[in-house]
Amino acid sequence: MIIAIISLILLHYLKRPMGLIKVSPEWVRIFNGGMIAAGVLWIVIGFNIPIISDLARILSFILIGLIVYVTLKTEDLQHRKGMVYAWLPIIGVEIIQALVEIISESFYKRYETYFEAAGVFAFIWAIAMWVNNSKQRKALELEKLKAMQREKEFQITESLKTQLERQVAQRTKELTNQKNELQHALKDLQAAQNQLIHAEKMASLGELTAGIAHEIQNPLNFVNNFSDVSTELLTELKEELEAGNKEDAMEILEDVIQNLGKIHHHGKRADSIVKGMLLHSRSSTGQKELTDINALADEYLRLSYHGLRAKDKSFTADFKLEEDPSLEKMNVVPGDLGRVLLNLINNGFYAAGEKKKELAEKGNTEFLPKVTVSIKKVDSGVEIRVRDNGKGIPEDIKAKIFQPFFTTKPTGKGTGLGLSMSYDIVTKGHNGEINVISEPEEFTEFEIKIPNQ
Amino acid sequence: MKSKILIVDDEKDVELLFRQKFRKEIKSGTLELCFAFSGDEALGILDSENPPQVVYVFSDINMPGMSGLELLAKVKERFPQINVSMISAYGDSQNYEKAMNSGAKEFFTKPIDFESLKKEIGGMIKEN
Ligand SMILES: [Mg+2]
Repeated sequence: MIIAIISLILLHYLKRPMGLIKVSPEWVRIFNGGMIAAGVLWIVIGFNIPIISDLARILSFILIGLIVYVTLKTEDLQHRKGMVYAWLPIIGVEIIQALVEIISESFYKRYETYFEAAGVFAFIWAIAMWVNNSKQRKALELEKLKAMQREKEFQITESLKTQLERQVAQRTKELTNQKNELQHALKDLQAAQNQLIHAEKMASLGELTAGIAHEIQNPLNFVNNFSDVSTELLTELKEELEAGNKEDAMEILEDVIQNLGKIHHHGKRADSIVKGMLLHSRSSTGQKELTDINALADEYLRLSYHGLRAKDKSFTADFKLEEDPSLEKMNVVPGDLGRVLLNLINNGFYAAGEKKKELAEKGNTEFLPKVTVSIKKVDSGVEIRVRDNGKGIPEDIKAKIFQPFFTTKPTGKGTGLGLSMSYDIVTKGHNGEINVISEPEEFTEFEIKIPNQ
Repeated sequence: MKSKILIVDDEKDVELLFRQKFRKEIKSGTLELCFAFSGDEALGILDSENPPQVVYVFSDINMPGMSGLELLAKVKERFPQINVSMISAYGDSQNYEKAMNSGAKEFFTKPIDFESLKKEIGGMIKEN
């Protein structure tokens, strides 16, 4: 009878889900059938009908044997193994007890107490196993839960990952587009910059043309005058020689020789001005060559002065070059450095001229604008100062003057590129420095330091 | 009598040119030339003698510092008896009118035509 009840209990648990593990509906049907069989057997055994009940008992042994066998051997039911092991001693004791009772009742009666003791131990075993099983099961379930949690987290991470990847791909595409657009814009800007630099060069060349014309006219006048006077002198020389005045003839000859030197000198002067002009107008090759800085400063100081003078007849100013004869030729880009000097000198004359205008409006006509360029040899190279006695630069503007397009001149008077180009030429082109000091209403001085290259 | 003439030009070689062109006159002692290379220097020379020996000033216009036109005005203001003529590379009407209005006697253009200059100086020597 107990075996049938145990069968019922085992079957009941087998068909129930354990935690998250469920058995298939097929198994549930089989177990239900088993439970009905066990129930019938229990009742039949209970009526205690001779032979039939004994048969039922044997059938119940077969049934439980089947249950144990199937549970231990079937993959799907591995999770109920522990339960079967728990019940196994009780089942064993019961079967042996029943078999012994059937075979020899007297033997059974004699050792009944032992069988009962074995039954109690088996029962204790079952409870211990059950407690242990449920503990293991809980741990297992926890583990399973954790695994599920991890799976869930993994899925969330995965979906986040794909989402992120999508976003990254989109941003990359956007950035690539932006990069392309910027590159395009940069190219346009560079082209515009080149055009502006060219325009600035041409503008300053335009300012220069009058000065250049004057500067070429002067030496050419000398060439013409000295060659004319030499022709006259040679005629006189002939007369003196014919008259036998050797002393006078020698004197005239000395003059002619000197004049030829002068013709050569002024021819060279015109030549260097034309070369300087070409140097100024052509785009810089950036080629450094040994250059006489004193001569370069002299040339551009004159060009600037005469250019402004030719443009504005009322313009009067003084200029002065303080050379340093000890300065040897230096390796610079003459066209570029000349442009820097021209720019600074032009600015100087402009600032001093503006101050003269302002003072004249107040009735003071004594002020004479002046620009001084001084060259000084230093150990590291050369220092060039361009100083004007103009209005000075206000402190708040000083920081901005080297920025491109910054100009205080009225529209149309300056491109605003002169100083920024000068800055680039000195710092980038010659590893030098350009600084400005100024006292408002007193003076402005630009200081260029160019190291030996 | 010897006539003293002052020539003002910022180009120093002008002196050499004039001394050669007027070699005979200088040698014969009818002409004395002196030179200044800026307006200030010219005024200094005129101020150094009282009354100034110079009877005629020929001045360039385009000079650093004081321009020839400014010098003209100053000379005419202080020494009205001295003749002043301009010699300029810029023979434009603006310069010409300004010079004439300020009391210039003649206006010569560069390159200097020494024939007309000699005529002008010769006339002055005769007057003296
Ligand atoms: Mg001059």
